[in-house]
Parts: sequence; structure tokens; C-alpha cells
Amino acid sequence: MTQKTRDDQTLKWVGTRPIRPDGVEKVTGRARYGADFARPDMLWAKVLRSPHAHARIRSIDVREALALDGVKAIVTGDDLPEIASEQAFVGEEPTDYRMMSQNVLARGKVGYVGHAIAAVAATTSAVAEEALGLIEVDYEILPHVLDAVSAIAPDAPLVHDDLCDRKGEKKAPSNIANEVEMGHGDPEAAFASADFVIDRSFTTQAVHQGYIEPHACLAEAGPDGQVTIWCSSQGQFMIRGYTAKLLGLDLAQVRVVPAEIGGGFGGKTTVYLEPLAVALSQRSGRPVKMVMSREEVFRATGPASASRIRVKIGATRAGNFVAGEAWLDYEAGAFPGSSVAAGSMTIFAPYAFEHARSHGRDILVNKPKSAAYRAPGAPMAAFAVESVVDDLARQLEIDPIDLRLQNAAQEGVQSSFGPRYKRIGFVETLEAAQAHPHYDAPLKANQGRGVAAGMWFNAGLQSSAAVMVNADGSISVISGNPDIGGSRASLAMMAAEEFGIAYEKVGVRIGDTASVGYNDVTGGSRVTLATGKMVVEASRQVIAQLCERAAKVWDVDVERVQWADGKATVPDDDTIKPLGLAEIATGAGRTGGPIQASASGSVRGVGMSFAVHLCDVEVDPETGKVDVIRYTAFQDAGRAIHPSYVEGQIQGGAVQGIGWALNEAYVFDESGRLENPGFLDYRMPVASDLPMIDAVIIEVANPDHPYGVRGVGEAPIVPPIPAVANAVRAATGVRFSDLPLSPPRVLDALDPAS
Amino acid sequence: MSKRHVTTTIDGESREFLCEDEQTLLDVLRDVLMKTGTKEGCGTGDCGACSVMLDSRLVCSCLMLAAEAEGRVIETVEGMAEGDRLHPLQQHFLEEAALQCGVCTPGFLVAAQALLARNPDPSEREVRFWLAGNLCRCTGYDKIIRAVLAAAAEMRGADA
Ligand code: FES
Ligand code: FES
Repeated sequence: MTQKTRDDQTLKWVGTRPIRPDGVEKVTGRARYGADFARPDMLWAKVLRSPHAHARIRSIDVREALALDGVKAIVTGDDLPEIASEQAFVGEEPTDYRMMSQNVLARGKVGYVGHAIAAVAATTSAVAEEALGLIEVDYEILPHVLDAVSAIAPDAPLVHDDLCDRKGEKKAPSNIANEVEMGHGDPEAAFASADFVIDRSFTTQAVHQGYIEPHACLAEAGPDGQVTIWCSSQGQFMIRGYTAKLLGLDLAQVRVVPAEIGGGFGGKTTVYLEPLAVALSQRSGRPVKMVMSREEVFRATGPASASRIRVKIGATRAGNFVAGEAWLDYEAGAFPGSSVAAGSMTIFAPYAFEHARSHGRDILVNKPKSAAYRAPGAPMAAFAVESVVDDLARQLEIDPIDLRLQNAAQEGVQSSFGPRYKRIGFVETLEAAQAHPHYDAPLKANQGRGVAAGMWFNAGLQSSAAVMVNADGSISVISGNPDIGGSRASLAMMAAEEFGIAYEKVGVRIGDTASVGYNDVTGGSRVTLATGKMVVEASRQVIAQLCERAAKVWDVDVERVQWADGKATVPDDDTIKPLGLAEIATGAGRTGGPIQASASGSVRGVGMSFAVHLCDVEVDPETGKVDVIRYTAFQDAGRAIHPSYVEGQIQGGAVQGIGWALNEAYVFDESGRLENPGFLDYRMPVASDLPMIDAVIIEVANPDHPYGVRGVGEAPIVPPIPAVANAVRAATGVRFSDLPLSPPRVLDALDPAS
Repeated sequence: MSKRHVTTTIDGESREFLCEDEQTLLDVLRDVLMKTGTKEGCGTGDCGACSVMLDSRLVCSCLMLAAEAEGRVIETVEGMAEGDRLHPLQQHFLEEAALQCGVCTPGFLVAAQALLARNPDPSEREVRFWLAGNLCRCTGYDKIIRAVLAAAAEMRGADA
């Protein structure tokens, strides 16, 4: 049996734009998301949340609430098992199970406004809501700390006084939960040899992932201890693992059925509600449904860290980067685990530095625990470094793309985070941007153009997939990753390609945790890449079986059998009539039974995706309002399986970044209360704010993937902030180093007197 | 407290339901009638995910009391297709890949249908302003706008 290589010209599906398998369900309202499930006799549960940023809980009295007609169960921190400190790394940010448990339900102390204190299950949500008001909590209010600078002051109140390090040992009391350092060479000494050094600091505010679907789940605990959870998340196995861990259950007792997910962007890679719903169901003996309000989503989930970043880059007169050093402080929120490590890894990643070093600190403050947000940690780092690179280009009078090309990371270069790069497409991406008509298009008064670059990793992690041949010759694929933006389509296309059959003959289902092998989360731009690789592997195993079956039917040596275009053939004997998938499948009972295979693995050797964005803005000098008037995003996708969904990822990421640059920010009052917990005041981009976003796909194949795929989901949010800021710099002459670039700020900078 | 009895027409069917005074139309659609095609993104009128037509007017069903539906005609995304035949908007949303997660899609479809009923030949700018009440966090709107323009062209009988 022989196999085609997949980088040849025979590809039939890869690179085309078929309609996604789950499309009709989603345009007709039939697709079921997290909040769309119901069970007979179901209860509704609500969460009591802290009104204080930092307080000791002296006591919680639930007696009156329990006595309310319709209330069936209440849980508080005392009802959850105590969990030992243990590091977990699932998805994209480090976590500690003990801290996760405390975030799900406060023990002894609350760490932010919105921190969960108790959950009530009742016959209706109105009764549950009423019961919350009857719970009496006695607080001892403690001094709080709301930003990284005050948090590291010597006399700062401690957010935790019992932190452990990675090995589980107790740490000296401090709000610095973790420190990372990486790089190579000796930047300090090297700066002396630079002709120019720019050293500048930047700040960004916390922003929310902003998925439109609030967190929601339904849990049912049976009398036999079996638990079923229906919920939307970025990983049914992640929900199962965390919920079981936090409640002390066996994994085999818990089944998680993935709902469709209404956006996650990293924010649905942890648990908030599920352990509460299960605990309430265990206590009440009834199914329990929980749905967060938008206000709860803002106060108690997400956000991406606020940051302070200092960047120093030295360059020669000729434009060679000599050395780079960066200091990154990211707010973790009330529990450790910001994205500062990834920020420190990516900050100098696009460039070849002989001397580079970054120092990151994970800092505790009395705000919601931060969560992963698309390329976690990288956009703020890119804002800092790409602003400085832009200033260097001005100072050196070198075209900003030329300057980047001159210093671009490429194959063989030692990355600032350790390994040497394999084949990457940064140079090609820069060249495509430079050659694009957008780059020289004329601008008018008050307009400016910015360019910026960025990179993000493709996580490999663990994936499994199963591929089955049905009796009629159609193929069923089961994936264990929620489809957050079209991965059913890309998996079906790769399977159709392998089998040489019509795309419509492949059905892709997202399996629950009992029906497919383990999968890490949908995150890290990994599903089409890593789970796709497993689908290809399982398909190839199935094809091998199909060839064996055909060989058996024909009574020939299997080595002579070849698979092509959905058929087994014997190329060296044209008297043997080819056997199609359906024929082999129908006869499978006589040749050895059902034909199926599954593949599992830890996918390694994954790629990197680089992005370069061009942004034109117009700044209104009267109001300070910045409008993005043209935007073109270039990205190395390795190979675009379904170009429309690759473009969609690029466009969506770009617009999230534009929102982050121009408008979005968490605003806290002095007491630590979020002042804008709704879409009216937390303003995400709407259609009328934006132009079309042109997405240009560059394809420099990833040598480690059967189709050359690179994960594309995250890199596009890395360049937009500096692309916008550099465009505003070009339009106004002002370098902005604090986000967001909202009208009052811009106006202030344009006319400091006003 | 006794519930209120309401008679209404939803997606072409006459429906009756009981509701509490404070329940919104969205609550009743989703939790009483189990018509979960209409989505809740905010509950405060800021995201458009809950868009429905009320007597041919576009409304946020999260901002309307269910009791006010008495005697009215309500259309949701679930009534847009005729049997197996998708509405041109639905078809073009699929062809243009105008959805990623899809949770905003029902609201966009209903709102876009309302736009095309008033203005069969909108400009890109008009589409963008009409849909400014609908949030999408996944797509950056580009493909949504293209899908609406393509559907409008097809419905006018022009070259799509
Ligand atoms: S749910 Fe009605 S506008 Fe958001
Ligand atoms: S497709 Fe996800 S919010 Fe629009």
C-alpha cells in the first residue's frame, strides 16, 4: 500500500471553501449552546458574590435563605473539599488547583468584587435570586490593592499570605506570585555598542475576552454518583478534569457533553460554574442549571491582565538590532497565573537578537483572576516592542518594514525564548505587506499609517480522534475538541482528502468525554493543527485496513493494493475491478468486522505563525476620535485548509485588537468595583466602527504537519494594538504609551491645554 | 401570585403561554416555550443576540415583557427558513462563512431581514449602521456585511 504525499497538486478539498457541516443548524437556531439545555424537574441556581475587594469572611448564615419556599440546596466554601496546592497546566495559563477551588468558591476570604461566596439552587431563578438576598455574610473588611505598582510597594496589603511555589513549598509573603526570566547574551553590556537606544514604558488596562455567550451549564448528579454536565467550554475534558478534581470525584464518574460554544478566546479554559452546579445537584438530587448574567461575566470571569512593560532596544546606525531587554509586570488578579510568561517569551520573538533578555513578574491585586485571552500575554508585549521598533525606524530614517526585514527571525535563528527556529514565514509575510498596494496608498490630512508585526506559538498538546467507516461507505469522524470557529469543516476536509471522497460523505461529531479519547482544550491555535493531525493519522490507519480487506477479497498480496479516489485498486493488474469504500464496508462482516481506527498522541514539533498588519487611521482633531479607515492583515497560515475560516480568524483577531487599542478597558473605582460591567460602557467594536478587514494569507508550509498547517487563531490579535498606535503616531506626531487611545486621551495629548 | 395567560403568534403558529409579570419575552421564548434559537448575550439591550420581529418591527426580546406579546405577531430566526429552503440571508451567511461560533448569528439574521424589508438595496455603510446594535466578537463583521450585501443582491434579482 502506498500513500500520496499531501503537498502535491492532487489536493481536492484542501484550500477550497465548502459550507461547514454544522452551518445549517447554526443559521436556523437549532444549534444548542451552553444555556440551551433543560432537564425535567430542573432547578435554577444563582451565585452570591462579594461586594468587597478584600475582606475576611467571619461567618455565612444561610438558614433564612434555606427556609425560603422553593430553595432546594445551598453550597458555600465549607462544602467543597480542601485541595492541596498542585500546579496544573491545561490550555494556556498556569493554574493551581487549590487556587482554582478558592476562586470558584471563596474560603475564609474574598479577593475581589464579584468573588463567589455561595450558590443557591431553587425551583425558579427568581426564587434563587431572592434567596441570595437572605444569606447573611459577616465581613471584616481588609485594605485592598488595585494595581501592580502599589501591590509591590513594601507596605502593600497582601492578597495572599499563604502562597506556595511550584514545588508546593511556602513562599515569603509578597504580592509577586511568580517571576520568570529568559533570553541569551548580555544585553546590558551590548547596549554600550549601540548607536541608538530607546527605552520606554507602556501600560495597558485589563480587557475582557467579550464572547457573546455567557458561561452556562446544566449538571445532573444521579443517586449512583454518576454525574453528567452539559456546558459550553473550550474543552469537555478540561471541564471534567477540573470539576472532578475540585469535588473529589473519579474522572470515570463524570461525563461532560459539549454544547456549541458561543465564543471563548481563552476565557472558557477554566471552570466557574460547573463544580457549583454539580455540588448543588448532589445535594438536591435534581438537575441544576446555571447561567451567568453579562454583569457576572464581566465581574467574575476573564479578563486579560493589565500590564506595565518597559522595553529597551539598542540598534546600530545601519539598523541592526544589537540588544533588547524588557521588564514585564502583569496583573494576575486575586490568584496567581497571569500570562506574563508568554508575554516574556513573545516580546522579542520576531527578531534576531544577539542579546535579548526579558524579566516577567506575575503580580497579585484585588481584581478578578485573569484568564487566557487569545495569544495570552502577547498583544501588550507587542504594543511595547513594536512601538519602540517604529520609533527606531523613524530615528534611523529606515522604512519600518525594511527595518523589520533587516532584523527578522528566520530558520536557524536562536529565538529569544530558547529554541532555534525551524522554517517560519516571517520574512515572506513582511515582504507581502511591503508589496501590497495598501503600503503606498496615498493618505490625506489627519491620516496616518502604522505597521506592526507579531507572532504566536501553535500549541501541540494531547489530541485524539476516531474515524469510522459506515456500512454505506460514508465516514464518521469524532473529535474531542469543541468547534469554536469552523474546525468541523477543516477536519472533514482533511478526512475527505485522505479517503479521496466527497466532503459531504464525511460527518464530524464532537464527542462527549465518554466517546472519544482525551483531548486538551480548544486553544493555543491547535485544533486544525494537532487534532487534524490525529484525524489524518486515524484516516490513514483506516485506509490501511480497507486495503487489507480488499486484498482479502481479491486474495492478493496487500502490498499490491493502492488506495486512490475512494477506491482500492491493484495498479499492476487491470483485470481486478477496483473496490469502492461502500463495497468494502458492506462486506466488512465477512472480511473481519467493522472498520475503524482512533489515533491519539502528544503532538510535538509544532509551528509558529507570524502576522504583519497595516492600519490607516484618521484622527479627528476636534474630538480626538480615532477611526480605522483601512486595514490589511497578512499572516503565514502554513497551509489554509479552509481559507474563509482562516480569513475569519484573521479578521476577528484584528478587530479584537482594534477594540483593545481604541476603546476597551476595565474601569475600577477606588473601592475596587468595576464601573463598566456591561456592553454599553465596556465598548467593543461594532460594525459601524470598522472598514472591511482585508486578510492576506501567506503559505509557508509547516514541515511538521501532514498538510503544512500552522495554527492561525491567535497570531492576528498580536499586531493590531501597535499597528493602530503607530498609525496614530504617524497621523498626530504623538507617541501613545498608555491604552486605550480613547477620544479624551487623544484629545488631551493633541492639545495639552484643553 | 398567579401567572398571566398570553395568546400570540410565533413563527406562524398560534401559541399560548403562562408567564410571570416580570418575565421578558426572551425568557418565555427560551425557558417556557423552549425556543432556544433566540439567544441572550446581555439581557440589557446592548448586543442584539435576542433580536426578534414584533408585528414586523425589530425589537430586543430581552427588553420586552412577555405579557406585552398578547395578540401580537412574533417572528424569530427559527421561522426564517421555509421547510428545507433556507432564506437567502441564511444561505449567504453559510457561503460567506459569516459565522464562526454562531451565537450572534440568529440576531444578525433577524436584524438583517428587517433591514432588507425596509431597504432592499442598502450600501455597505447602511448595512454597517443598521447592524451596529448587534455585537459579534468572532468575525470582525467583514464577512457578515458581505453576506448581507450578497443576499440583498440575490433578493433583488440582481447578479449576486
Ligand atoms: S440579550 Fe437582548 S440585546 Fe443582548
Ligand atoms: S460568530 Fe461568534 S459572536 Fe459572532
